[in-house]
Amino acid sequence: MSEQHRDGTRASLLDEYEVNSKTLEDIGVEILPVNTGKTVHAKRIPGHYRTLKWIAASVWLTLFFGPYLRWNGHQAILWDLPNRQFHFFGITILPQDIWVLAMILLFFALLLAAVTAIAGRVWCGYFCFHTVWTDVFTWLEEKFEGPPAKRIKLDQQPLNWEKIKVKLPKHLVWLLIGFATSFSFLAFFTDSFDLWKRLFHLDLGKWEWLTLIGLGLATYFFAGFMREQVCIGFCPYARIQGAMIDEATIVPTYDKDRGEPRAQMKERNAYVRKLLQQYKAKGEEEKLMEQFLAEGMDERAAKKKVQETLRQRANEEADHHFGDCIDCHLCVDVCPTGVDIRLGQQFGCITCGLCIDACDSIMEKIKKPKGLIRYASLDDFLGKETPKWYKRPRVLIYITVMTIAAGLLLWKLTHLSPIDVKALHDRAPLFVQMSDGTIQNKYTVKIVNKTPNKMMAKITVEGPKGLVFLTDRVVPVEPGTVGQAIVRVRLPKSALKNGRAPIRIIVQDQNHPEIRTTYESVFIGPKR
Amino acid sequence: MAGHNPWPNEGNTGHIWDEDIRELDNPPPLWWMLAFYAGFVMIVFYAIYYPTIPLANGFTKGVAGWTAVKEYQESYNELKAWRKAKFADKEEALASKPLSEIMKDEDLKLYAVATSKMLFGDNCAACHGAGGMGNPNFPVLADDDWLWGGHINQIYASIANGRVGNMPARGLMGNLTDDEIEKVADYVMALSEGKGNDPSVAAGKAIFAKGMCVACHGPTGKPVAPNGAANLTDKIWRFAPVNDGSCTLMNEQTQRDAVVRTIKYGVNVKKNGHLIDCTRRAVMPSWKPRLGEKDVKRLAIYVHELGGGQ
Repeated sequence: MSEQHRDGTRASLLDEYEVNSKTLEDIGVEILPVNTGKTVHAKRIPGHYRTLKWIAASVWLTLFFGPYLRWNGHQAILWDLPNRQFHFFGITILPQDIWVLAMILLFFALLLAAVTAIAGRVWCGYFCFHTVWTDVFTWLEEKFEGPPAKRIKLDQQPLNWEKIKVKLPKHLVWLLIGFATSFSFLAFFTDSFDLWKRLFHLDLGKWEWLTLIGLGLATYFFAGFMREQVCIGFCPYARIQGAMIDEATIVPTYDKDRGEPRAQMKERNAYVRKLLQQYKAKGEEEKLMEQFLAEGMDERAAKKKVQETLRQRANEEADHHFGDCIDCHLCVDVCPTGVDIRLGQQFGCITCGLCIDACDSIMEKIKKPKGLIRYASLDDFLGKETPKWYKRPRVLIYITVMTIAAGLLLWKLTHLSPIDVKALHDRAPLFVQMSDGTIQNKYTVKIVNKTPNKMMAKITVEGPKGLVFLTDRVVPVEPGTVGQAIVRVRLPKSALKNGRAPIRIIVQDQNHPEIRTTYESVFIGPKR
Repeated sequence: MAGHNPWPNEGNTGHIWDEDIRELDNPPPLWWMLAFYAGFVMIVFYAIYYPTIPLANGFTKGVAGWTAVKEYQESYNELKAWRKAKFADKEEALASKPLSEIMKDEDLKLYAVATSKMLFGDNCAACHGAGGMGNPNFPVLADDDWLWGGHINQIYASIANGRVGNMPARGLMGNLTDDEIEKVADYVMALSEGKGNDPSVAAGKAIFAKGMCVACHGPTGKPVAPNGAANLTDKIWRFAPVNDGSCTLMNEQTQRDAVVRTIKYGVNVKKNGHLIDCTRRAVMPSWKPRLGEKDVKRLAIYVHELGGGQ
């Protein structure tokens, strides 16, 4: 705790700093640079993580092909908003069961948290639609405009016909992808084939046009122009995930101990040359020559061996003097968000692993072990034992909630009732005495038909002996709608215990007798 | 928060909480200030346009003549017009079709019921209770007992033209003695329990015939046709014991007391144009002049659906 001032106020830790404005920089927090300026033109090189990224990205192909899947003559995945229905293959979810959707959201939210706690921003790096679309867009850019150096040059050129000729095809293809994206999105909400037909007849609704054009242009704009600025500037998930990372989370990290002090090959070679001269000056050459001759080598072989030995020694010494990083800048060049991973983990980093690919390719060339940049946790670098992921409490808690959500979801989907019945007990009057002395209760029975077929719902009521019920015996209910019937139930006073009696309202579909459900309700009468 | 200020030159107001949270005195952005001043300018226009300045005997009315009530009324009229247009065909059908036809049209019937809830609450529920649950000595509408008949046309007639209960005091001849009344009351009580032929009430049964009760209540205690007379053989009592101050001559405790009072003093019995003490009051006003034929039709359907009608 801080000590007291003479005037009674407490001293602040910040009093030690002699500044008037205490921004983060002033109190010693290092702010890492992020690219907010010119376009990042990242190099593309093949590698392990590059392949992984393509595989992960291919998950999004389902967006484009999903709407054309068919199931029993219907679109397999369809958000039918006008009819308030969600079709997923054989399953139809009505608003009554919409909590299933909440479970799906909960599951994926916790999946995001768990994966992020284990391996950092996996979502950002491999799966996020923005990352994937940007990746595809820049891949196309390279196909049309060539490697980064050429593109940067092209960008600097004044706008002329030549430039337009190179740039135009790219923008057209980008717009095409934007259209494909928004159209596919739209096709999940309405029949896809019908949508194509209506599109060619220019017969879409106001909101359909708006979605098609708005989302298409947004795709073009965000993936084509905003790119890494979305991740850096306004994606909230980037920040949320940053907060989920802890000391045991593995993220792409530069091994500073091994890499520093960094030196380019030029500098390294100069150092080796300097060492060789030093050896010469010290007379090392003659010493070794004598030794080899004494071992019985001929003069030529010995001379060659001396050079080799000294060079090897100089190289070893240089390796000892410098770190493994040769400062080739490739890790920065390949980064799609333009960060320098060597500065440490930072919020511009989407943990896509492309810098690992880049560095490993260089390490291979200079014959050093791979993994100067690698997936590792802070604890690994501090030499602490990292617990296995399944032993970390936060991961376990995430997984527990995920399991509950998935369990509820599975239970609901396997027990999805084709019919839903609710009975509302009339309150005014709660009960009525009839002329024959029996008590009558009135119920409004609501029947939800979740099947694709018309239902002929037959209502029966079971309860204590002497129960009589009056109702429209059969209620027709159209698919996906709610049918309603008034049921009047009569019981003799003697059947009531303490003014109540349990009753069961049974609804059965006469078209499909296996569809049957029971609603437990209570019959209310006078207490005496 | 005190005199000690570790940041004297930063321009803070001297308000410091939790060691380092302090209130700064930064100027708002220019665009904000411009909007702020524009707000002041707008006040002048508002003051001229809308009712604004309080005066000794009222307030300035503003050039637009706007009032909140007027705006509300306009919106309400708009809504009313919209409703009228939307349900015009249904209202037309309700007005023109005979009740028997409306009852066959499930859709129209439900519409009539839905639009009657407020009408019933405003005009009927005061006596007949919410949902027709009844009040002491006002008939329950949700049961299966109908004094004037439960057919849709009978219900319509009851609402449209009203009903006045009528039962003479001390029998149709007005000559039953107190002793005879006690006996016939026993008989009526037994009727309700299905023991009308019990030898113990044979005397009462004879008086029931002698007093000409049969004329309205029927030879078995059940009216031959609905005529406003209570069905004495069922379990529902038209008049239950209620000491509401309308009777100074006797004190009702049991259901039997209530039966005795009804027989002794009748229903709506008048002398010199005034109701006599202790006589039962049972008057249903006529609603057609007040509500019009269409609304009465609507209510008849509503009441019919309450208890299921007959």
